[in-house]
Amino acid sequence: MSFPKHLLDFQGWSRAQIESLLETARLMQEVLARPVKKVPALTGFTVATVFFEPSTRTRISFELAARRMSADVVSFAGATSSTAKGETYRDTLRTLDQMGIDAYILRTDAAGVPHQAHRWLKKPVINAGDGWRAHPTQALLDAFTLLERLGSLEGKKIAIVGDILHSRVARSNAELLPRLGAQVVACGPATLLPAHLPGASLTTRLQEALEEADAVMVLRLQKERMDRGLLPSIPEYIAGYQLTEARLAWAKPEAPLLHPGPMNRDVELEGTLADSTRSLVERQVANGQAVRMAVLYHVLVGKQ
Amino acid sequence: MTFKSRILNQDEVRRALIRIAHEVIEKNKGTDRLCFVGIHTRGISLAKRLVELVERFEGKRVPMGILDITLYRDDLSEIGLQPKVRETRIPFDINGKAVVLVDDVLYTGRTARAALDALIDQGRPSRIYLAVLVDRGHRELPIRADFVGKNLPTSRAEVVKVKTQEDDGEDAVELWEVP
Repeated sequence: MSFPKHLLDFQGWSRAQIESLLETARLMQEVLARPVKKVPALTGFTVATVFFEPSTRTRISFELAARRMSADVVSFAGATSSTAKGETYRDTLRTLDQMGIDAYILRTDAAGVPHQAHRWLKKPVINAGDGWRAHPTQALLDAFTLLERLGSLEGKKIAIVGDILHSRVARSNAELLPRLGAQVVACGPATLLPAHLPGASLTTRLQEALEEADAVMVLRLQKERMDRGLLPSIPEYIAGYQLTEARLAWAKPEAPLLHPGPMNRDVELEGTLADSTRSLVERQVANGQAVRMAVLYHVLVGKQ
Repeated sequence: MTFKSRILNQDEVRRALIRIAHEVIEKNKGTDRLCFVGIHTRGISLAKRLVELVERFEGKRVPMGILDITLYRDDLSEIGLQPKVRETRIPFDINGKAVVLVDDVLYTGRTARAALDALIDQGRPSRIYLAVLVDRGHRELPIRADFVGKNLPTSRAEVVKVKTQEDDGEDAVELWEVP
């Protein structure tokens, strides 16, 4: 099987390719469990993490994934670079490209830049989050973690709760999970819901979203939303939408809880829930590395 | 591809494996600290047979693991279609063990080299042996097998196909020619 030589979103990726990628991620877990957590598969490749927007876990996860595969890694942070002096994305990327980079892992606060970069560079580009649009590796690691717990996503109801409007994680999950057979319900206050979310049904009623859910994904509530008048107050959001032990009881027994992080404990969810046996939050982080190793392998190895 | 001849039939494959099993026991002076690791795909089936034969002859079950060498190939940046990564599972400690790596065909030696790297990443065996059903020559690396079922001089235009009951429904070694 050949694979697309980029991961901007899931366009161009078939269900079989996605399932094969997730199977590779499962095998990468075995590498990560070894005393020597390194294989030579990407020896000779140089990968650049180009983050025009701050990130800790995604960048470190990608960099470790690349190093575990023996790629050389260069790291670029927009805030401390020439873009801060006014250089455009295109010029910055084209400059880097003169230094022999083989693949780009790109995060931007503007939607669509990874697509443009793929055209400018003619090299593999992996989207590590662009604006509100897409965060495909987060969705892949969420799907991987769900599959690990639930076995299959066929016919499973997955509730996504929180600020759906501004969430690239919600968009990518709504694009990916139905392809694997799941039914996605996105829930939040009306001001934080988009008019339409491809792949998901929308509701403002938390109980409706959670009832019979096989898994619940909670998103971070960004406090700046309040400044823009999208929420009356944090206590009001908590009253209507915070995931509590009692509300989680609406979902199926043992339905796992996911959160892409970083978490605002006791805002979008009760802090104790994050540490409960139902929480897969730490598992998501661990799985992120195996999933990103699989993505790098499929994007870089072999010709199309 | 054109069929040329059948090199080994079912009985001959069985006898070759029996001989290899005896040789392994002989060379290792028994089964102490011995283990087998089969290389995907047919190396696994052959390793299973060798484990069963060693158990039959010595009355002891030795551990067996499976090894995928895909992530260790030296041509990953040059190949066309991407090779599928498969499972590696060595559910025992190989430190200090005598490991018999098992593969169906020894050709250029590149798979064996990759398998050595993959195995050494899992620990430090006291000794690594290489057992193959067929050695067809054309080595590109300084590698040789310790146990060989059949030495088969071939041309590069020929293809050696090892079939196993588990993977192909029959045991055989066949010679084919690429036009």
